[in-house]
Amino acid sequence: METHRTFDFRNQHFVGQEGRLIPLLQKAQETEGCLTRARLLEIHRETGIPLSSIYGVATFYAQCRMTPVGKNLIRVCHGTACHVAGANDISAAVEETLHIANGETTKDRLFTLETVSCIGCCSLAPVIMINHDTHGNLSEKQVKKVLKQRQADAAADAKGAKA
Amino acid sequence: MKILVGLGTCGIAAGAERTYQALAERKAANGASFTLAKTGCIGMCYREPIVEIRTKAGRRYQYGNMTADKLDRLFSEHVEAGRPIAEWLLWSDDGSGSELAYTTQQNRIVLRNCGFIDPESIEDYLAVGGYQALQQVLAQNDPDALIAAIIQSGLRGRGGAGFSTGMKWRFTRMAKGDHKYVICNADEGDPGAFMDRSVLESDPHSVLEGMAIAAFAIGADTGYIYCRAEYPKAIERLTLAIAQAETAGWLGEDIGKGGFSFSIRLKEGAGAFVCGEETALIASIEGKRGMPRVRPPFPAVRGLWGRPTCINNVETLANLPWIVTHGAAAFAALGTKGSKGTKVFAMAGKIKRGGLVEVPMGISIRQIVFGVCGGIKEDRKFKAVQMGGPSGGCIPSELQDTVIDYESITKTGAIMGSGGLVVMDETTCMVDVARFFLDFTQRESCGKCTFCRMGTKRMLEILTRACEGKSREGDIERLEELAERVKNGSQCALGQTAPNPVLTTLKYFRSEYEAHVNNLKCPAHKCGPLLTYQITDACVGCLLCIKACSAGAITGERKHKHTLDQSKCTRCGQCYKVCNVEGAISVD
Repeated sequence: METHRTFDFRNQHFVGQEGRLIPLLQKAQETEGCLTRARLLEIHRETGIPLSSIYGVATFYAQCRMTPVGKNLIRVCHGTACHVAGANDISAAVEETLHIANGETTKDRLFTLETVSCIGCCSLAPVIMINHDTHGNLSEKQVKKVLKQRQADAAADAKGAKA
Repeated sequence: MKILVGLGTCGIAAGAERTYQALAERKAANGASFTLAKTGCIGMCYREPIVEIRTKAGRRYQYGNMTADKLDRLFSEHVEAGRPIAEWLLWSDDGSGSELAYTTQQNRIVLRNCGFIDPESIEDYLAVGGYQALQQVLAQNDPDALIAAIIQSGLRGRGGAGFSTGMKWRFTRMAKGDHKYVICNADEGDPGAFMDRSVLESDPHSVLEGMAIAAFAIGADTGYIYCRAEYPKAIERLTLAIAQAETAGWLGEDIGKGGFSFSIRLKEGAGAFVCGEETALIASIEGKRGMPRVRPPFPAVRGLWGRPTCINNVETLANLPWIVTHGAAAFAALGTKGSKGTKVFAMAGKIKRGGLVEVPMGISIRQIVFGVCGGIKEDRKFKAVQMGGPSGGCIPSELQDTVIDYESITKTGAIMGSGGLVVMDETTCMVDVARFFLDFTQRESCGKCTFCRMGTKRMLEILTRACEGKSREGDIERLEELAERVKNGSQCALGQTAPNPVLTTLKYFRSEYEAHVNNLKCPAHKCGPLLTYQITDACVGCLLCIKACSAGAITGERKHKHTLDQSKCTRCGQCYKVCNVEGAISVD
């Protein structure tokens, strides 16, 4: 059994409350980046909820993920307004720049690409979100520029970490 | 003098936090010649970041596109010399500004405090009369009279279906149970709708007050807000507002010392559109897969944990404090016979002024699109508006005089929905739009009902074929038949309404479908595989398209007209995109 360095089950205030499963999964994912098999088993042991139900819930909600995400999570909005404004071209530009398809992570684990339904910034369409930063009114060229900048930043960070 | 910065999600995305930071630094450097405050969404998303100057005398001046670099001039001219900058001014209550038409044609009830108060300050909310409605309700101490007043006001659920709010309350009040619950449905999942997000971010206390009023009416002691996890700012501000209201005694035990207790818990969604449906939402709060169940029993009788539950939408709840303090008659005086009050619309798409507008019911689509929002971007031809998201439909420009009320909109085949209004121009392909929505509903179907699960998938396949030029004979008829079956064979509103985007576009834009299916053409020039590119005599021979063509289909020499080999062309459209000469490449 792995240690509880990042996720202490006993300190979660959700425990003992009705309807605690989803907040527990959210918290686990937040601390570890994704839902691991070990964690799901542990939740089962601690709460008594059947593992099949836990797995059922975890696979139902789009937010729950079983594989880790890259350092930068890119969410390309495909809401109505963004679609009309050319979200497909934006997705294509991201895919072309990073050589990954929707749902995939780059080999260096720097970027994960995800398509989302609506971020709610429709008047800035087309929109992408990189982690918590929102970029609006984009063109294909601008997307590529933003990504190149992120790649350069990541490279600089890596260099700094080595030195 | 007070300076406010609009810090809603749209504003932040446009750089409002940098503007706020620059103002804070300026304030620290120059001493306090002004007070600096945050506010929520001002509504003019198309001009963010927005800064408002409020003078001592109470005059308001709103400036648009206020990036940090513009602050020098703003300070030297307006703040110090007292001369408003006309070219940047959006709106002022002295009657000047370029966006006067946008603000003066609105009637703000739900958005009354949005962009006016600091959403992170309960003092600001109290200063504009906050929690007075709750106080008044508690003082009168007559839930039945309150319910009667809400019924009389004619308020209908703003989440989409438009059921009478007062009646819903009455049913929940009459139902027997040891506990009762109020749920605020803030799972705003419709792509193209963002008014609930703005209200939660800009005026969270009004929603809490509305919930407390509803709780008092039906006799509930606990409330839940089920908020989309995609709205981090709204969750942050709600959490803060709940804590503030508890400290101030507007939530918790024995509110107003009349024996009424009510607490609110915040639940984050986990990314499932179907959870906007009330029974699925309840299942999700209970920690289960968010799958709808058969109604009846309705949640008013058997809801959360099997107890009577009243579920109201954010916008519905935000209306309540206003109705209580201004009276049901004042609310009922607005709107049409069957639809009272106002409606907030999230305007997006090919529109000049995109943002939030609140207009009285009964105004026409034309008035909103052209009067309030300034018409179509680049003055292109208006084609249709999409209302009601994936459950709604497209209303063509011929019907732009349709008035906004529940019944008139339903007659067109669309629905009022939650209020997303996406405007489309002549460059939008309606088959592609229908495909887009089916793609959405197909992914979001919970999978319980066969017709919804598989029918939407088959419909999507037909539409995808149409957009890719691979249609088969009888596809349109097949699509129509499936649409009927999915509509009738699904248990919840997601499946029952999923075919609406297809049915309305088939009804009003059938010729576009026929062009796709029978002639393999896309009249709006949107569906790539159906297009034919040709190089015309206008070509100046600049070689740009030759470099851009990855298929090697274009050949030619500098300063000579290039030629395109149709047999090699993959119809990717790159040549058309890079060409700088008007008309040198034609598309059909």
